[in-house]
Amino acid sequence: MSLNIDFNLGPDSDKLFNELLGAHEGLSREQSEQLNAGLILILMNHIGDPGTVREAITRARAALDR
Amino acid sequence: MARYQYEPFPYVTPPELDGRAPRSAPVIIVGAGPIGLAAAIDLATHGVPSIVVDDNNVVSVGSRAICWAKRSLEIFDRLGIGDRMLAKGVTWKLGRVYRGDQEVYNFDLLPEDGHKFPAFINLQQYYVEEYLVERCADYPDLIDLRFKNRLLSVSQDEAGVAADIETPDGPYTLRGDYLLACDGANSRIRRQFGLDFDGRHFEERFLIADVEMQADFPSERWFWFTPTFHPGQSALLHKQPDNIYRIDLQLGPDADPEEEKKPENVIPRIEKVVGGRPFKLDWVSVYSFNCRRIDRFVHDRVIFVGDSAHVVSPFGARGGNGGMHDVDNLCWKLARVVTGQSDATLLESYNDERVYGADENISNSSWTSRFMSPEPGVEMAFRNAALSLAVDTPFARRMVNAGRLSVPCRLTGSALNGDDDPAFDVPQQVGMVALDAPLTTPGGDADWLMRHLGGGFTLLVTGDATLDDAIVPDGVTVLRIGSGSFHDSEGKVAARYGSGVYLVRPDQHVTARWKAADADGIRTALSLCTASVTA
Repeated sequence: MSLNIDFNLGPDSDKLFNELLGAHEGLSREQSEQLNAGLILILMNHIGDPGTVREAITRARAALDR
Repeated sequence: MARYQYEPFPYVTPPELDGRAPRSAPVIIVGAGPIGLAAAIDLATHGVPSIVVDDNNVVSVGSRAICWAKRSLEIFDRLGIGDRMLAKGVTWKLGRVYRGDQEVYNFDLLPEDGHKFPAFINLQQYYVEEYLVERCADYPDLIDLRFKNRLLSVSQDEAGVAADIETPDGPYTLRGDYLLACDGANSRIRRQFGLDFDGRHFEERFLIADVEMQADFPSERWFWFTPTFHPGQSALLHKQPDNIYRIDLQLGPDADPEEEKKPENVIPRIEKVVGGRPFKLDWVSVYSFNCRRIDRFVHDRVIFVGDSAHVVSPFGARGGNGGMHDVDNLCWKLARVVTGQSDATLLESYNDERVYGADENISNSSWTSRFMSPEPGVEMAFRNAALSLAVDTPFARRMVNAGRLSVPCRLTGSALNGDDDPAFDVPQQVGMVALDAPLTTPGGDADWLMRHLGGGFTLLVTGDATLDDAIVPDGVTVLRIGSGSFHDSEGKVAARYGSGVYLVRPDQHVTARWKAADADGIRTALSLCTASVTA
């Protein structure tokens, strides 16, 4: 398996993005960090394939430099 | 139960200093801790004499290494003290991990039966050293134990090693072919050689205490993240023989070791852990730890073994057990080299295989340390997320890292390994320690497979496989399971090995296997594994 970087979320993508932000509403910075961390762990486990996860980490890290 | 009585071992004036003929031995061992003593016994089982020097004259003060893994017990069994350790030790296999006061995860370290030794026993290091010293006495002609003999310096050349030793009666020099540096984490030999001890120091400080207490705690490893009795930190409780409990409390990086060691500070902390039961303090220490190793373990004729070569955090029981892996790996090779059966290049495989093993231990131990004491900020966020998820999310329980306990190193990539056959579809793999299994002897008695492996090379014949006696090389033992000899009483040999011919090393690792063995294949594998001197 390799990382899918094409659009994959369907018509609800804006709604999901908004729901992601909504999940952080009212949280402290620290709680937000932990929420993000929990989400990442859940999604990482769901993906399962180590190569795909590593590719995602590399890609997200590279995006910081832009 | 009386507390452990420390009986000093007698100092005897060495023959070099009272007019008797100076002695030499093929192997000089520096350090009479568990690793040095085990090495002396292992070499003795191969008929190789050694002289062991130690600057001290008592066993380990304090329980120190207490968790002995199944693999170490199998090695100790080969050395003759496995049953004694098992009888005295507290057997356990279950670990429980708590967050606050709630259990989030438990693990069973040996979920299957059919093995002589359990996943772990807890036994204080002083008992292990006492048993080893007593076992050394069974080899009076091969093991010369010299207490209060302090190593000053080592030199070596192409002909051998020379160790300058200091005693209460003055100095003398010992000569040998090889010297084993089993002189621990603060190895004087490592410093004399100026070897970099690369790795990481962890700032976190821990209080370790042995308390004597009547309690009905089960024989399990209990680990807490942020328990109510020790807020914001971690805690570990372990049961040892003689009603001694090991308590390990994280103190944070700023704790003052001298202050924390004072009974008036220790006792209130322990009282909270044990919930008001009466107890007596037996031993207290405050430590921080390193995860480090030297680049190479073999420096010509000076070989580093155990903590002198590599150190890890205690969470995972990979220090003492890692050192026993070293002994197991090295001694048969060294015995072959000093007796001229193998070329000295065989020792290079000790370096390769045990550097690999040490790195595995260092990685596991470092990952645990990072999980237990995360940096504030994002590391803490991931750690706490994993702990919170673990309450009701099975995958996260596996991420919670309260120690990844020592398991046998898998030498699947070793250059010593020979043939394999992809047709094998069984748990046993080439490079792994042979899996134990119950047997019955031809006479009908219960027995164990592991008792018949190791020491020398063995060809293990399982299931329907056949092996013609005519193609068995000299010096190799054949062990046939089934067909009128040992009986696979519970079918575990079949389940773990299938049908085949397995070549098993003196350290009980499988080095090659065949569905249909032929003379060439066996000879080639044996030669690869031994760097044999054929001339």
